[in-house]
Amino acid sequence: MKHVLAILVENKSGVLTRVAGLFSRRGFNIENIAVGETVDPGISRMTITVEGDETVVEQVMKQLNKLINVLKVSNLSREPAVIRELMLIKVRAEAQTRSDIQQIVETFRGKVVDVSLNSMIIEVTGNDEKLEAIKLLLQHFGIREIVRTGKVALLRGSKTTRENGEIRSDK
Amino acid sequence: MIIAALQREQVELVFGYPGGSVLPLYDELYRSKMRHLLVRHEQGAVHAADGYARVSGKPGVVFATSGPGATNLVTGIATAYMDSVPLVLITGQVATRFIGTDSFQEADITGITLPITKHSYLVNNIEELPSVLSEAFYIASTGRCGPVLVDIPKDLFEQEGRFSYSQKREIPGYRPTYTGHSGQVNRAVKAIKQSRKPVIFAGGGVIRSGAAAELQDLACRCGIPVSLSLMGLGAFPGDNPLFLGMPGMHGTVTANYALMEADLIIAVGVRFDDRVTGRLESFASGAKIIHVDIDPAEIGKNVTIDIPIVGDVKQVVDAMLKRLQPGDTADWLRQIEDWQARYPLTDDAKLTTGRLKPQFVIREINRITGGDALISTDVGQHQMWTAQHYCFREPRTFLSSGGLGTMGYGFPAALGAKLAQPEKTVFCIAGDGSFQMNIQEMATAVAGGFDVKVAIINNGCLGMVRQWQELFFEKRYAHTFLQGNPDFARLAEAYGAAGLRASTRDEVTAAISQALAVRGPVIIDCIVDPEENVYPMVAPNRPINEIITGREVK
Repeated sequence: MKHVLAILVENKSGVLTRVAGLFSRRGFNIENIAVGETVDPGISRMTITVEGDETVVEQVMKQLNKLINVLKVSNLSREPAVIRELMLIKVRAEAQTRSDIQQIVETFRGKVVDVSLNSMIIEVTGNDEKLEAIKLLLQHFGIREIVRTGKVALLRGSKTTRENGEIRSDK
Repeated sequence: MIIAALQREQVELVFGYPGGSVLPLYDELYRSKMRHLLVRHEQGAVHAADGYARVSGKPGVVFATSGPGATNLVTGIATAYMDSVPLVLITGQVATRFIGTDSFQEADITGITLPITKHSYLVNNIEELPSVLSEAFYIASTGRCGPVLVDIPKDLFEQEGRFSYSQKREIPGYRPTYTGHSGQVNRAVKAIKQSRKPVIFAGGGVIRSGAAAELQDLACRCGIPVSLSLMGLGAFPGDNPLFLGMPGMHGTVTANYALMEADLIIAVGVRFDDRVTGRLESFASGAKIIHVDIDPAEIGKNVTIDIPIVGDVKQVVDAMLKRLQPGDTADWLRQIEDWQARYPLTDDAKLTTGRLKPQFVIREINRITGGDALISTDVGQHQMWTAQHYCFREPRTFLSSGGLGTMGYGFPAALGAKLAQPEKTVFCIAGDGSFQMNIQEMATAVAGGFDVKVAIINNGCLGMVRQWQELFFEKRYAHTFLQGNPDFARLAEAYGAAGLRASTRDEVTAAISQALAVRGPVIIDCIVDPEENVYPMVAPNRPINEIITGREVK
């Protein structure tokens, strides 16, 4: 199962290396990662998607918590959360296929952000399922390049990650 | 400024080796009253600081220069990390303007040591230096202890800054849990009461937390037998009838049988290392397991735990003691006694050969020192024989690289141990292979007039590797015989120390007494049976009740 972890870290140099290094040395695999500043400029938020069963994820979270620069780790897959990713797709587009592509993009509520004589760049945001679906459709026209931001996520409702309970192994 | 910070942390002594980038630091040291042990290789400095920390309980402090000075620390840092030893390592770095330019003696030591330190810092400016040092000491010596590295560019040593030092007790991302969850403690107490076949399995965490007395109270009041991991030796008296010995690969038959047949395992300050559990799937499958540890990540890492309790071992066991109700373990203790009588550890497995048995050497050291010495070991057969045959009765008396298994650890660690407790007899039990990995520290020992004794269990080979080759590689002895070994006794003399040689039982007895009568470093080269193996043994990844006792092989 895929787990989306929200990790609040001190915004200091080397923190990304510590987190990434922990994953590789303990044999955990990062599927994707997104990092950015939070409301507090001293704190960054990493959203990391990791594949594994409950035991693996439990161990990942405990190990992350041991890092001094890590302030908080929560598993957003355990609760209702909005999970989104942005994808840019450069797709082959001749004059005769352009409108077909446009139609697909509209259906997926994406945007065409660049057009050239034989290509277009599509911007689309959504969850895994949606991004995979549009990718599959656009493959038909020939995808030249794809870039993805990695997932970002927030808990639904007024609860924030900071309030999302202490992660304690003895509960 | 750094020396002032160390003084605030009550540091009396540092271990180190100077070099270009730390020249200003050494100059500050020179002008202060701080003691410093000059080693002959930076690895020796970390192991010595590690030995000092394990015996004193205080963090060991190391100075080393940039580049090779820092990289030479790596094995020592990894050793301390695996065994949760508090160290603060202060390395010089090239000047700020040269960082990242591959300048002379530059190495990214914070990067290199990232996976083997509890935390590390590269200091950017003089203002943050006091708070970094304060955090380093706090992190190293609290929670689950470990090494913390502080890398300081040379130009910062030369800058003057405002020194305001306050001992850190609050770091946002670091809040160790000390008090065990009360409900969990109640569950544990209930499980102990209900259990008919309980075993306590305790480790280094008991020693680190100073909980030996509490542990003994728990065991004795409830009649629960105790097995100690290698790191735990000394946490429970080795001569107490409830003591089962070490479990696992070279554990006693009784300890392994007891763990496998127990209905309750009370694990305190241990981490269920593979050398203990053997094949995980079959480990203690019938037992409920209580696991007390200060590091939440250790709980459930290898073995599924029924009652996890995160907290300081001393506090948690103390909380248990307050509510304790003993269960009925009389039948179980009879069973244990029966195993103990049937499967004792002996040194007479192959007496017929007439050669000196390594186990005898260790038993003699135990007998002659009255079991009252500080013992350090290297890694290999002699380490296991020491763990089996020396009777450790007090915590902080046994120093060995348990997790990383670092050959060459023992001798420098013995020097550190002596500095921590100068009045104690210190014996390093070494292998002829291991000893040569940090043999250069003989000069340190002689220069400092260290009253440290070394017994080299000399079998002329890498005994443990040779044993595995014999048992699992059809006696293909690839590169395990150490041709070219020096005459260790004469080598000792060349360094200006005393050297003795023993190849019979009588000579061993005489040499140990003679060594103890001399002040200063002494090497006893004990020529032992090269074919002796460590038994009992459980083959790797086998259930720990599948024991090779050594008798069936002969």
